[in-house]
Amino acid sequence: MITLKDIRKAIGIGLWFMFLTFPLLVIKVNPVEKTVIWRWHTMLLVGVASFGVYLLYRLVLTRRDVRQERIRLGQEQETTKSNLHFLKAPQFRQSLAGTGILFVLVFPALFSTYQINIMITALMYVVLGLGLNIVVGVAGLLNLGYVAFYAVGAYTYALLHLHFGLGFWTVLPLGGLLGAVFGILLGFPVLRLRGDYLAIVTLGFGEIIRLVLENWNEFSKGPSGIADIPRPGFFGLDMSLETAIIYLYYLMIGMVIFTIFVVNRLQNSRIGRAWFALREDEIACQAMGIDKTRTKLTAFALGATWAGMAGVFFAAKTTFINPASFTFIESAIILCIVVLGGMGSIVGVIVGALVLILVPEYLRVFADYRMLVFGAVLVVMMLLRPQGIVANVRRTYLQP
Amino acid sequence: MDFGGIRALDHLDLQVRHGEIVALIGPNGAGKTTFFNCLTGIYPPTSGELILTPLGLPSRQLNGLKPNQITEQGLARTFQNIRLFANMTVLENVMIGRHCRTRAEVFGAILRTPQTVREERAIVETSRALLEKLGLTALADEFAGNLPYGAQRRLEIARALATEPFLLLLDEPAAGMNPQETGELNHLILALREEGLSILLIEHDMQLVMSLSDHIFVMDYGRKIAEGRPEEIRNNPLVIEAYLGEDPHA
Repeated sequence: MITLKDIRKAIGIGLWFMFLTFPLLVIKVNPVEKTVIWRWHTMLLVGVASFGVYLLYRLVLTRRDVRQERIRLGQEQETTKSNLHFLKAPQFRQSLAGTGILFVLVFPALFSTYQINIMITALMYVVLGLGLNIVVGVAGLLNLGYVAFYAVGAYTYALLHLHFGLGFWTVLPLGGLLGAVFGILLGFPVLRLRGDYLAIVTLGFGEIIRLVLENWNEFSKGPSGIADIPRPGFFGLDMSLETAIIYLYYLMIGMVIFTIFVVNRLQNSRIGRAWFALREDEIACQAMGIDKTRTKLTAFALGATWAGMAGVFFAAKTTFINPASFTFIESAIILCIVVLGGMGSIVGVIVGALVLILVPEYLRVFADYRMLVFGAVLVVMMLLRPQGIVANVRRTYLQP
Repeated sequence: MDFGGIRALDHLDLQVRHGEIVALIGPNGAGKTTFFNCLTGIYPPTSGELILTPLGLPSRQLNGLKPNQITEQGLARTFQNIRLFANMTVLENVMIGRHCRTRAEVFGAILRTPQTVREERAIVETSRALLEKLGLTALADEFAGNLPYGAQRRLEIARALATEPFLLLLDEPAAGMNPQETGELNHLILALREEGLSILLIEHDMQLVMSLSDHIFVMDYGRKIAEGRPEEIRNNPLVIEAYLGEDPHA
């Protein structure tokens, strides 16, 4: 039941939100006529909405408390089946998976090139998220400069095409390889660092790569970037823009499947266990015979390979790259994906990537308040589920 | 072992012979855990030598080796304040112990070669056997962080055993255990000795120490103040003084 105390608190919350959103929602400046428009109706709306939402929230909570109390007193049966139980049933999961796969395959036929482009971007971030997941989520090495390997991959393709005319498929493994090399290069100096110090140094590394690309004009053509990077070809066929984008979409799907396959195998292996142990307790991990250096370097290298390959895809997709695409904010977004999705969980990272990239795109219907809503969604996520969308689930081994 | 101006271990001379159970005792702060840390490579000793001679094999010096190399050589330890991998299952904690005795690398992991698959299966079997030996089978899929205290201590020992050591270093294995658990620990350590393991333990539980040990070393302020068989140590005035303080009436 709603008590007087709840109503008083609800009024307080309503007033508080009206106060908070006052400068944003109420005051609107018209620069053309140099007047200020006062939109009092939005303030009223915010007040009523927050009042209502809070009361609803209290109502749900008290109902749950009352039910708990009645169960305790034996007046009500404790039903272990909740309303959401059907989500766990295998038939539901299978049909969900089936629908999902069908949707993914048929997607290009249903949507415009613009939408397909968005989906390709989201899929690239899935690959990036899974790569960073190895370093941050599984091995626990906080890496804020992941965008550096992304840039390495993209510029590898751009420069190798510019100077030697190498095609997409030739460069793809090279991009991954070079990413791994740079991963090891980053790994060596940071071997003894932990926590915040590791974060700052990796951040620095990310910036160094960007600044080198921006200023070493003879090598990377600087801020003007490199253009005319070809999209991946299909046996030399000449494709229109739409077809090429659709082709790239299916290639990305293949890449994502490949990434999930390899990352899953890595995580559930001897190496994956060593990485988890490294994350849990470095000293105990060493005492159990795990070579800390080798494990860390392997994590960095393998994590960076995915960024390298994603970088090659990025260059192919946008056909023009310059250092401005590889700023720190990219690293931050990828880190958000990993943390939001649940450190170490593959499914969580995939969901996190799709949510984080697609939601701002589809929120464009909110026009001006897109980023505000997005920020609010992130805050709510972190309040309600700080361990991430899919929390740590370790593998159980079958009895032989 | 010197930390700057502080000499934590002063000319400490200690031997463990094959198949022996040796206890290292002394008041808190004497340097026992520091000695373990030197032995296992966490602190490289500022002077002195650490030599391991497994039965029938050549001697090897452990000075300056990294902790994981020392474990590979055959020295395994447990920790005074339990350092388990809390967010991994009990079974996986023990499987980690098998890391240094197995070889699968990146490509083996990705491609799941028959060799790798065989190795993984062997790791799981060996780990389950160890859990069985230590009475942890029922908890195999539980997160290590959720275990009761006594089970956590046993898991630490299981994990150390998984590395196939010659010498097992136990740092206060009976701390916080009730008499029944201590009795089980007693049986376990004796059983391990039967299998050919040598054991060096730090303990404060005098009953356990006296009943188990073949040889006892006593430390105080970083120095060895006495060594000998349990009967000799029990009545040694220096030891009594170190633990209980000087007799004001003497």
